[in-house]
Amino acid sequence: MTTATRRKHLSLSGQAIGLLRSYSLPFVAIIICLPLIVVAAAFFVGLLGAEQRETLAHLWQFVIGEYIWHTLVLMIGVGLLVTMMGVSAAWLTTVCDFKGVSWLRWALLLPLAMPAYITAYTYSGMLSFEGPVQSMLRELTGWQFGDYFFPDIRSLTGAVLVLSFVLFPYVYLITRAAFIEQSRAALEAARTLGLSPTQSFWRVALPMARPAIATGVTLALMETLADYGTVQYFGITTFTTGIFRTWYGMNDQIGALQLASILLSAVVVLMVIERISRRQSQYHSAGRSKHSVRPFKLTGIRAALAFIACFIPVLLGFILPALQLLTWSFERLHVWVQPEFIGLIRNSLILAIGASIITVLVALWLCYGKRRIPTPLTRVSINFASLGYAIPGVVIAVGVIVPFAWLDNKLIHFSELFFNVNPGLVLSGTIFALLFAYLVRFLSVSIQTIDSGLSQISRAMDESGEVLGLSSQQILTRIHYPLLKTSLLTATILVFVDVLKELPATLILRPFNFNTLAVRAYELAGDERLAEAGPAALMIVLAGLIPVIFLSRAMQERHNRNNQAAVTPKAEEIYEPVKA
Amino acid sequence: MNLLKLDQVDVGFGKSSIVDDVSFSLEEGDIGCLLGPSGCGKTTLLRSIAGFEPVRRGSIEINNRLVSSPAQLIPPEKRDVGMVFQDFALFPHLTVAENISFGIRKESSSEQNQRVAQLLQHVGLAGYGNRYPHQLSGGQQQRIALARALAPRPRVLLLDEPFSSLDADLRESLATEVRALLKSEGITALLVTHDQQEAFAMADKAGVMYHGRMLQWDTPYELYHEPTHQLVANFIGHGVLLRGTITADQKVFTPLGLLHGDEVPENAEGELVDVLVRPDDIIIDETSERRATIIGKGFRGAHYLYTVALVDGTQIYCMSPSHHQYSMGSEVGLRLNIDHLVLFPSGFCET
Repeated sequence: MTTATRRKHLSLSGQAIGLLRSYSLPFVAIIICLPLIVVAAAFFVGLLGAEQRETLAHLWQFVIGEYIWHTLVLMIGVGLLVTMMGVSAAWLTTVCDFKGVSWLRWALLLPLAMPAYITAYTYSGMLSFEGPVQSMLRELTGWQFGDYFFPDIRSLTGAVLVLSFVLFPYVYLITRAAFIEQSRAALEAARTLGLSPTQSFWRVALPMARPAIATGVTLALMETLADYGTVQYFGITTFTTGIFRTWYGMNDQIGALQLASILLSAVVVLMVIERISRRQSQYHSAGRSKHSVRPFKLTGIRAALAFIACFIPVLLGFILPALQLLTWSFERLHVWVQPEFIGLIRNSLILAIGASIITVLVALWLCYGKRRIPTPLTRVSINFASLGYAIPGVVIAVGVIVPFAWLDNKLIHFSELFFNVNPGLVLSGTIFALLFAYLVRFLSVSIQTIDSGLSQISRAMDESGEVLGLSSQQILTRIHYPLLKTSLLTATILVFVDVLKELPATLILRPFNFNTLAVRAYELAGDERLAEAGPAALMIVLAGLIPVIFLSRAMQERHNRNNQAAVTPKAEEIYEPVKA
Repeated sequence: MNLLKLDQVDVGFGKSSIVDDVSFSLEEGDIGCLLGPSGCGKTTLLRSIAGFEPVRRGSIEINNRLVSSPAQLIPPEKRDVGMVFQDFALFPHLTVAENISFGIRKESSSEQNQRVAQLLQHVGLAGYGNRYPHQLSGGQQQRIALARALAPRPRVLLLDEPFSSLDADLRESLATEVRALLKSEGITALLVTHDQQEAFAMADKAGVMYHGRMLQWDTPYELYHEPTHQLVANFIGHGVLLRGTITADQKVFTPLGLLHGDEVPENAEGELVDVLVRPDDIIIDETSERRATIIGKGFRGAHYLYTVALVDGTQIYCMSPSHHQYSMGSEVGLRLNIDHLVLFPSGFCET
């Protein structure tokens, strides 16, 4: 081979690598978006065929009105409640200083550890006829069954309450961050312009935090739309339960896809609102000062009231459900050692570990791709690959299983034709489909974590490594890896916990007879064996506490940083006397 | 008439005083300035005048009304003070016009519109009323913050490092502009800064603070030429303190030679003093027999600031027009151009 041809050869492979580099990101993004594309396409395809149009007409006529009504009531109710609970808690814990406030600041995050469906089970247990509340009521009053009216938690109102208890921390967390970052000066400026402290809250602090509140509420509403476990258990028909019923009950895949596409469009509306409010909050934090608001000391009855106002959400969202779970778990100690329970843990671990590793690897690939080739195309690819966080698990599951089942059928067909073997449902019938669905749903969690970790590593660090004679591999191992380690671990754990908690996608996509903790808790609760669901639910909640610890630590750091800035350097450090 | 009067004010928490025994007063229509290094307590003092910090001792009066004392703390919204903040603190959710009319919302809307238009005119931003703060540059935000504070016609306007977040070239022109605006509105104002150029450009009266104490409250000219405290001499302008001994014939013997002036006390023969020597007190003159070596030079545009070592090794500063420069290590002659002596008792330790 002459040097000339070798050079041509090299440049060809170089071109190939270049092409791979520039187009691998959009390619990955399209694969990740595949379920969404399928669901969105179903909506338009549905308008074409006569049979499909008929299904759609049927759905519209009989069920969709009810779904829309229930979903609207849920969203309005949850939206109002989470705003009230989240904003008041955020304001009190930021601006006021009272006994127990530092404990409440992180305790208010605890409800995030509870999946909504598990909270729903515990409240049903607590408020049922044989539950502790009604038993005590009967003991105190001597009433018998039928003597008294007791509101049923398994109702639309109950679902609003349960979802709000669990979801208000989104509003609390984001609003509190906004309050902390509001400059103390803005509130003080309002005072010098003639406003009392209360007026300053309503006219300055609250309007300035409005975009943050909107972001928090839209996140809570996305979770509300995605919820399946709670509404299913409470017997409320919404889009998520409707998709299940159409899919399994009526075996109508087109109808399920079409319902999913309607749900998807509602999610898209929320996503647009969220994006807009995030952009606004950038402007609203303009002119942040280095001084945070100095907490206002409360004493006596006012301190007690503030404590109670912040404690009630913690009590309702975490302490009561957790106590109920603990009670069940200790009542059913034998469940813990059953081989079936060990099997559940093993299955859950396989899924969670597998999904978190795959997800983090894909996220790493995408984030490095964006860093290496920062073109608009790669940025858009990353944005599309991150869409999954907002998409309900049910929608993703339906979007995954339809193309996978189609591929499987083709595969079986070809394989029987050419090799005379039936490989079975290798894609849709194994945990492959499940892992892919988790990847789609939770990729954005790890992209965000890794991207923010990577952004800490400035390009100048790479360049100083190069100047100091490090090879690109050494730059990765000696500069990037140590700095990125924590982000990688965080991303892995966040995905791990999310997978453990995930219910609807797991229900649809799990291989036959493959149970996880979440699925088993759901099944037991469905069979009215609530107490037996305790141990599995407790395991999920314990895992869910890990990200809460991360969050509270991050919040504490932010708090410390703000307080640190308020400490002015000593005069001696600044003052520079002339030489005398 | 004293519009703002502070009497032995002490602000602090626990054992430490952030502001310690500060007294000064400001005439109506005057612009005052608190000057000092970071952490000297000047911002805390300003905030206590605004009503954000209680005083532990002493009193603050605005327009002959007691607003702060250990027994009484009138809240900020009832003090009739306006304040311009370091980071401007414009309300990001309101337009420029809504920001300016924020403090006069009780007036009729036609009065509000008129005042807003008038103030926008004054700060040179007529027609910007419908924009949002994030659409403005730093200098424009600063002007809007000023207009917002002026709108309710406060008795006293407080400005906390108002130019510190602006570019250096904008800073000086804006300071002059703001002074003209305050003067035309007849506003009594108190400014906090660590930048003496800003203080010189703005203030009728200025005070240097250090470790919570007010060292000297005077006109900027007096602060520069007649400092009453070593720390003031150090903080304002360049200069060195030369150790000297008072001689029998009422002169001061220093490494620069014998200096004389009316300021030398009588009957103090043998006493050690520190003499303030400014760069503008020393002129490079080749014919002079007082020799020195150039050991440092700094370009200042119109002139060079040289550090020179006298024969005995003492270092002082001197200034020379920049078109006539001397190289490092070269020997020059120095001539004194001292018209009055600034003397401090020697042996001062910085506490």
